Amino acid sequence: MLHTINKSPFEKDSLSTCLRYADKGASVLFIEDAVYACTKGTQFEKAIHDNHGDIKFYVLGPDLEARGLDNSNLTTNIEIVDYKGFVKLVADNEKTQNWL
Amino acid sequence: MKFGVLINEGPYQHQASDSAYKFIEAAIEEGHEIYRVFFYHDGVNNGTRLATPPQDDRHIPNRWSELAEKHDLDLVLCVAAAQRRGMVDEGEMERNKKDANNIADKFRISGLGQLIEAGIQADRMITFGD
Repeated sequence: MLHTINKSPFEKDSLSTCLRYADKGASVLFIEDAVYACTKGTQFEKAIHDNHGDIKFYVLGPDLEARGLDNSNLTTNIEIVDYKGFVKLVADNEKTQNWL
Repeated sequence: MKFGVLINEGPYQHQASDSAYKFIEAAIEEGHEIYRVFFYHDGVNNGTRLATPPQDDRHIPNRWSELAEKHDLDLVLCVAAAQRRGMVDEGEMERNKKDANNIADKFRISGLGQLIEAGIQADRMITFGD
C-alpha cells in the first residue's frame, strides 16, 4: 500500500499518524510541504530511520527543488522520484491512502 | 491502467491542484488512462472560466480545459459544492434562475455518484487536497 503525505510534519502530525497505521512492506511518498520531513537533523529523522526496514520512503524531487532542497539535504534511506515515479508507485500499489 | 483523481482544493491557495495536474500529465505520458477527474469542495473553483491570473502566472482553469481538450478528459464538478460556491453551467443557470454562468470549457457539473462510479471503474483512486 502507498501512503502519500503532503503536509510539513512541523505543521501537522500526519507523518506520525501514517507511520502508526502503515503495515510492513508499505511505501510512503512525501510530496508538497511534506518534503521537509525527510531533511537532515530534524526531530523526525529517528521515526524514518526506525521504520526504514519495514517501510520504503520516497520523496517527490520537483517538490524538493521547488523548496531549494536537494539530495544533500536529505536524511538517509529516502529515494527521490519524479512525477513518473509517483505514477509508478500508485500503479504498483493496489491501494493509495492520501494523508491530507 | 485506469486512474480516478479526486481534487478537494481550489486553485492558487494550496499546491493540490498543481500536484494533481502534474500527476495526470505524467500518468498520460506513461500510457495510463484518466477515467475521470472529480472536483469536490473548494476544488470546484478550478472550473471557472472568469479567472484572470497575472500573465506571468499559470492559468489553472485554462490549463485544465486545454489538457481535457487534448486528452478527452472527463472533468466533473460536484453539483452541491458548485452551487454553494457560485459555479454555474447553463443548465444550473436556468434551474436556479441565475443571470449568468461561469463554467470553463470541458468541465461539467454532476453529482457525487460520478465520484463513486470512478472509484468502482478505475483501477486506482488518488486524492489531492489540503
